[in-house]
Amino acid sequence: MSRLAHGGLIDRSRPLAFKFAGKSYAGYAGDTLASALIANDVKIVGRSFKYHRPRGIMTAGSEEPNALVALRSGARHEPNTRATMVELFDGLEAFGQNAFPSLGFDAMAVNQLLSRFIGAGFYYKTFMWPKAFWELLYEPVVRNSAGIGIAGAEPDPDHYEKVTAYCDVLVIGAGAAGLTAALTAARAGARVIIADEDHLPGGRLNSENVVIGGHDGAQYAKAAIAELSSLPKVRVLTRTTVFGIYDDTYAAVERVGDHLAVPEAFKPRQKLWRIIPKRTILAAGAISQPIVFPGNDRPGVMLAQGLQTYINRYAVTPGQHVAFFASNDAAWTVAFEAAKAGIDVAAIIDPRPEIRADLAAEAKVRGLRTLLGAVVEQAHGSTLKAISVRGSQGTERIAVDALAVSGGHSPNIQLACHHRGRPDWNEVKGALLVSEPPPGMAIAGAAAGHFAISACVASGVETGTKAAVDCGYSVAKAPVLACSGHSADGSAFFHVKTQKGFAFVDLQTDVTVKDINIAVREGFRSVEHLKRYTALGMGADQGKLSNLNGLAILAEKTGRTIQDTGTTIYRPPYTSVSFGALVGHHRGKDFRPTRLTPTHFWAKKLGAKFTETGAWLRAQYFPKPGEIDWLQTVQREVKAVRSSAGMIDVSTFGKIDLQGPDVGQFLDRVYVNTFSTLPVGKARYGVMLREDGMVMDDGTTARLSDAQWVMTTTTVNAVKVFSHLEYCLQVLWPDLDVRMASISEQWAQIALAGPNARKILQKIADEPGRVENAALPVMGATQTSVMGGIKARIFRLSFSGELGYEVAVPARYGEKLAEALVAAGEQFGITPYGTEALAMMRIEKGHVSGPELNGQTTVTDIGLGKMASKKKDYIGRTLAERPGLVDENRLGFVGIMPVNKKNVVRAGIHLLPLGAPATVENDLGYISSATQSATLGHAVGVGFLKGGPKRIGERLRAFDPLRGGDFEVEICSPHFYDPQGDRVRV
Amino acid sequence: MLIDCPYCGARDSHEFTYRGDATGTRPDPAAENAGEAFHDYVYLRDNPAGDHLGWWYHGAGCRQWLKVSRNTLTHAINAVRLARDEVKS
Repeated sequence: MSRLAHGGLIDRSRPLAFKFAGKSYAGYAGDTLASALIANDVKIVGRSFKYHRPRGIMTAGSEEPNALVALRSGARHEPNTRATMVELFDGLEAFGQNAFPSLGFDAMAVNQLLSRFIGAGFYYKTFMWPKAFWELLYEPVVRNSAGIGIAGAEPDPDHYEKVTAYCDVLVIGAGAAGLTAALTAARAGARVIIADEDHLPGGRLNSENVVIGGHDGAQYAKAAIAELSSLPKVRVLTRTTVFGIYDDTYAAVERVGDHLAVPEAFKPRQKLWRIIPKRTILAAGAISQPIVFPGNDRPGVMLAQGLQTYINRYAVTPGQHVAFFASNDAAWTVAFEAAKAGIDVAAIIDPRPEIRADLAAEAKVRGLRTLLGAVVEQAHGSTLKAISVRGSQGTERIAVDALAVSGGHSPNIQLACHHRGRPDWNEVKGALLVSEPPPGMAIAGAAAGHFAISACVASGVETGTKAAVDCGYSVAKAPVLACSGHSADGSAFFHVKTQKGFAFVDLQTDVTVKDINIAVREGFRSVEHLKRYTALGMGADQGKLSNLNGLAILAEKTGRTIQDTGTTIYRPPYTSVSFGALVGHHRGKDFRPTRLTPTHFWAKKLGAKFTETGAWLRAQYFPKPGEIDWLQTVQREVKAVRSSAGMIDVSTFGKIDLQGPDVGQFLDRVYVNTFSTLPVGKARYGVMLREDGMVMDDGTTARLSDAQWVMTTTTVNAVKVFSHLEYCLQVLWPDLDVRMASISEQWAQIALAGPNARKILQKIADEPGRVENAALPVMGATQTSVMGGIKARIFRLSFSGELGYEVAVPARYGEKLAEALVAAGEQFGITPYGTEALAMMRIEKGHVSGPELNGQTTVTDIGLGKMASKKKDYIGRTLAERPGLVDENRLGFVGIMPVNKKNVVRAGIHLLPLGAPATVENDLGYISSATQSATLGHAVGVGFLKGGPKRIGERLRAFDPLRGGDFEVEICSPHFYDPQGDRVRV
Repeated sequence: MLIDCPYCGARDSHEFTYRGDATGTRPDPAAENAGEAFHDYVYLRDNPAGDHLGWWYHGAGCRQWLKVSRNTLTHAINAVRLARDEVKS
């Protein structure tokens, strides 16, 4: 066991059992999976991406490149989680990745021997030829060896939520700088959101020995969070990573239930936050910069900052004999803390030739061996066994089982660069810093290069004050907090120059110094080219540990400075975000709401089958017992309408109320035909175009009174037409006095059709005389009441071709109306029908619908050219007159009948000259809608044909290669049934 | 992205739908070159790197059409006016 006897922010009274790679272990509440694995002496937790080298735990934070593990099994299986960020819970099951057959022995580790052949760019060079090998050989092998981790195959059973929040000040990171900034702004009264990725806020305060205002760091953090949580205008978000800036919106993911085996009841697994702050303070801290040397990926090599966290926060040590290889004072402090915790410190190796006197003195007092001006030349062992140190006295081998490294501090500036900002190299701080963050953002603490605790706190207070003042709050002057901590001075050190072994620059994508050499030699000298050629920084860790070393080495090889070499572009997300969080509730049936018609439950009781039209669920047909298929049902429904009476809910049509003295004039401008002449009490069918001359929508508009009109649109275009009309009124013709409102939801509308329709309607109308043939002729509209005082609008319209009415009542009476019609029509055998019968009857009548109004047809194409007025301007008129759109060889609207009446006509069939081969050149057109007509007893279709109605009477070849079908058809008028329209006038 | 609707105040861009370029004016259909003018109006667009005028519809709010000046490089919104006011002035 590597658990220290004392200390740590863990709860030793709450042991937790967990499994890793099939073996059972124990940890404590407060542990991460990583700290618990270290406590159990588990050294190898994963295999590397390309060379399958054994890898251990490198860090204690979200920058971890190595310790990627899979969690849980079954539907909640989740690959590529960082063991350093996984909170331990009882029963946690974790697995190593990228290893076959086991973590200890991996067959693919043979790749290391092939390394001279699979260096940078090997994909581009190797898999080029012969071409035939690609599908047969290369692709299966490449796919099998690519990637890290395997995604679960079952649907995710958990819920994910999205939240939008507004605040004055968003503070990112709850370390010393973030907490002081948040407190300063919150005390001034500002609305503050503070987010931290850890479950325990405090950042490095929980890992380092510092004093703020008389409290030790962890105590200060606890008190600060308690105060913030007590303020009503402050929201503290723990386990929350702010991962990107999208314009002025900050995106964050809160892991609400990730630390539990199963999320709590009624709680989501994760929440996606969209935070819109007025000011932002980035206090994301800094991480230790790794050093590149051969064997720097051996399990046991760890960043100094990570080691400090494991010792102080988790009371574990990754080794019993630890050496330090660092170029800054902070790492010396860690060495002293390790010694104090009873760990054997084998040596402190510092490339700097001189060191501060007090550090040297303390090392001497503690009896620690120090090697100045020295470097670690190589790390040995499949898990770390020894290091070779090259100093002024030559090279020696020191036996260690852990090595803490730090080449400096690397500020977490990623978010500050999400607006394509580029950081500058600051030689004094040895760090990339951002001087121009996105608008409204200030950077505080170590993220701004303030590595010492006093400077860190001061910058928190300063940025918090400025943010609050910017938001209009006044900030009382507070006494300066006395801080004490260790020195953070040092000089950046990137790379040990040697020709030996594998020296890794990017541990996640297995990029070595040799790969950078190859890239430079082959001319990839731009940092963006280097990234793409070698995959440097392209792993899931976004190169947090590798980018700076990579560009420092590139700078050295190309004889440029780091500043001149530049960085790659920083892009969201800061850390990986699950698809679940991004999708939220928008999946399956929740992707969009399902709209139900006013008669939905009535239809359901009658056993209707439903279909989706747009967002609506409409009755498709009403099967009766004994009917063998939908066609039999639909044909019965159609015959009933044609012989007696039927009814269908048409409430889904868009309904728009238009009022004002100029409505007639307005309609003249949006419809191709004239409406201003329409008398009160009449309705008219109209066609609307887009400005490019194509048909946009059709429907009827009725004039209810001198200044009130009601328009219907097709179901699917209801929203589009409404916004189009608003555009026309507000942008094109604001001088017209017209007001409009959508009343689609307010009115239920049922179409009643058939020779007996009037008799049935008269039974429910309060004034039966109002619907007499003379009182309400074809295309008439009247406002009356039905069912004993329920206001109603009755329109004499027919889509079926039979005597027909549409009856509209307030939506809440829709079901009552349906029941009343069924009761009134019982003696006539009234038959409820669905969208299939509706479609069959409209094809029999040759009416156009969605398949014909497909955005590529003009009003002439659909056979309604005569409707278009020549006397007025309307939307689309000018461009509809373009030569290409009036060409008489355009596809025109026709009817299609099979010569052999047994043939089934289907939408999508193409038409060719008889006997002509099926080539694109011979194509004459296609069938857009087709049905097995109940009325005619055979299939009919409508469609578009070159030359249009001129070809009526011709015989053509109908060709359907996809579903099979090659037969002769005759072109006819699309009006198959009652072409004179006598039946609607009776 | 927030759009400062003159009627509703600053609202999230999710409440709005974008229609397109707002620099053109619907040509006079009676003019001699109406065909050319409508062609340009419907099909020709500048694609500026920088400030750009667009029509936005506040469909989930006040239903007003807005003329929005937005910088295509930074997505900063510089000005928002009601279409009615814009056209009348």
